[in-house]
Amino acid sequence: MTAVATHSPARKVFSGLVKIRELGIIVALAALIIYTTTSQPRFLSAQSIRDILLNTAILAVMAAGQAVVVITRNIDLSVGSVLGISAFTVASMMSDNPGLPMIVALLVGLAVGALAGLLNGVLVRYGRVPALVVTLGTMYIFRGLIYSWAGGDQVNADELPGHFLQFANDSILGIPWLVLIALVVVGGVSLMMRNYRVGRELYAMGSSPGAAELAGIKVARNMLAAFIISGALAGLAGVLFASRFGTIDASAGNGYELNVVAAVVVGGVAVSGGSGTVWGAGLGALLLTVIGSALTVLDINQFWQQAIVGALIVLAICADRIVAVRIARSLRKRDSHV
Amino acid sequence: MSDASVSPRSFRGGLGKLASWDGIIILLTVVVIVAASLGVPNFGTSRNFTFLILDLMPIVLVALPMTLIIVTGEIDLSVASILGLASSLMGWFWNNGLSIETIIPLVIVIGAVLGAINGFLVNALGLPSLAVTIGTLALYRGLAFVVLGDGAVADFPFDYTGWVTGTIGGGSVPNVLIPIVALAIVFGIVLHATPFGRSLYAIGANDQAAHFAGIRVARTKFWLYVASGAVAALVGILWTLRYSSARADNGSGLELAVVAAVLLGGVSIFGGKGNLPGVLAGVVLLAALQNALRLQDVSGQALNIVTGTLLVLSVLLPNIVSSIRTSRQRRKLRQAATS
Repeated sequence: MTAVATHSPARKVFSGLVKIRELGIIVALAALIIYTTTSQPRFLSAQSIRDILLNTAILAVMAAGQAVVVITRNIDLSVGSVLGISAFTVASMMSDNPGLPMIVALLVGLAVGALAGLLNGVLVRYGRVPALVVTLGTMYIFRGLIYSWAGGDQVNADELPGHFLQFANDSILGIPWLVLIALVVVGGVSLMMRNYRVGRELYAMGSSPGAAELAGIKVARNMLAAFIISGALAGLAGVLFASRFGTIDASAGNGYELNVVAAVVVGGVAVSGGSGTVWGAGLGALLLTVIGSALTVLDINQFWQQAIVGALIVLAICADRIVAVRIARSLRKRDSHV
Repeated sequence: MSDASVSPRSFRGGLGKLASWDGIIILLTVVVIVAASLGVPNFGTSRNFTFLILDLMPIVLVALPMTLIIVTGEIDLSVASILGLASSLMGWFWNNGLSIETIIPLVIVIGAVLGAINGFLVNALGLPSLAVTIGTLALYRGLAFVVLGDGAVADFPFDYTGWVTGTIGGGSVPNVLIPIVALAIVFGIVLHATPFGRSLYAIGANDQAAHFAGIRVARTKFWLYVASGAVAALVGILWTLRYSSARADNGSGLELAVVAAVLLGGVSIFGGKGNLPGVLAGVVLLAALQNALRLQDVSGQALNIVTGTLLVLSVLLPNIVSSIRTSRQRRKLRQAATS
């Protein structure tokens, strides 16, 4: 009885604040869209919305994987390079074997990414090397590997089979495949993190790695799973990237890790682990993409984009801190009544 | 405990101490330099020595404050972006008619302010330094592009560009070795010979204990970020003058080489451990390796494989060694208990 009494109000405060957190992104999105549309009505044209959603799809798929890793109090900076490796592998494979169906391309991309994620996970867990160091290292190792493999070569759209390129433009029931995949990924991973045992265990590991281990959670297996999910989804994003853009060289996805981390952090996933949601990260990806499009439509210097991304990361971390301080204060207030 | 005794066990312990990580790195550096001088054509020439020093200048200078920051258990990933923004601002000020004598101190002060922003966010607000400096990495680099776009400013006075690329008395020792040596001595003294330096190790080992020991943890770390920003801006100036080109993307990715060199030099990423001589050896090792490979026509992007691998190994290997040691110790204890 007492245990319930001490827990439930705290949880109510917490979930209330988290709700506000994701509500904040939605409000910001709405304000941005309304402002941009009133000054440039073509911002809400069908074509423009379609472009925004297609661009969000790739970022959102990666953000879903990154969110899982960040929730466990780790980080995966190698995702941009994994996207590059996957995109280049799949594009060369498809140009050599034009007859292969799309599903093979998607599976190969997932597999390449999962392998890269496994390497990261093993080094972090069994090598006891911090995720920052491992993935900063593998980010450059993977990128270097693509460069030494591809050199100055690139795969052009005319070398790729038609059905592979068509995939990015095709839609089913009016929803483009890319967007559908992004929705399924973000929805599926959200569900896994929210309702399934492994998801709750990942949250527990992020909240307190030591306590999670003592509680009998299979920390090693789960951590490998988190990095494999992040890698595999970056690999999947590589296939979508190749299909959408058609021209792939060794620099594909260079610097994407910043946008992915930004999407996750802006979406309310705390870098200190244990809190935030995957669908919040998806919303973060949408917000970043809308900002990019709004800058173009409003004819603002494109160079502002990266600065805004950086400022948003810093702002989001500050917001998390304020939330955390408030929770701590409300918990303390509660304790003083007991 | 480990000295004087002649029993074989303590002898092994003594050897273990001798084979400390920075000892290994210094030895490895010598081996790489000797091997490269013998095996790689043109590596041992005085002309290449000049280039080697010029190439390692940005890494070694940025590594000095970075060492102090990592010793306290924090990190600053925004250094390369501060470098780029300093370069952009230098070009912009020059285009707007400021004299170079005004620009240099002004840009260094701006660098210190950028570092102070990091320091404020990390220490006054208590935010995680990794996340903050990833944010400012994007922010400062973005601002660099806002200031200068993707153009370049190249018409800096020859007096200055010539000095940076020049050598002392026209010999083979480049002029930039003067600021390198001067700053290395300053940071070496601060870290190893002052109470301030000792306090950094205390903070890195346990910041709460340091706080209760009367160390002003937040204030101490704040000034490290200011120093990091100022030095990064100075390197931005030297970089711009060396290539006579102010560009927004100058130095991008340099943070990897710097962090790799510092960790390679035996500084623990968890804080509290490491020394500056080891870091200097780490920088020289990294630069000599890259230089030798470049002379063998290995491309710059492929070199990143080497840097990235060294970065991971520099943390992985000590971990493996220490886990082997603990398991051996455990076995010994178990044997002692059973016998």
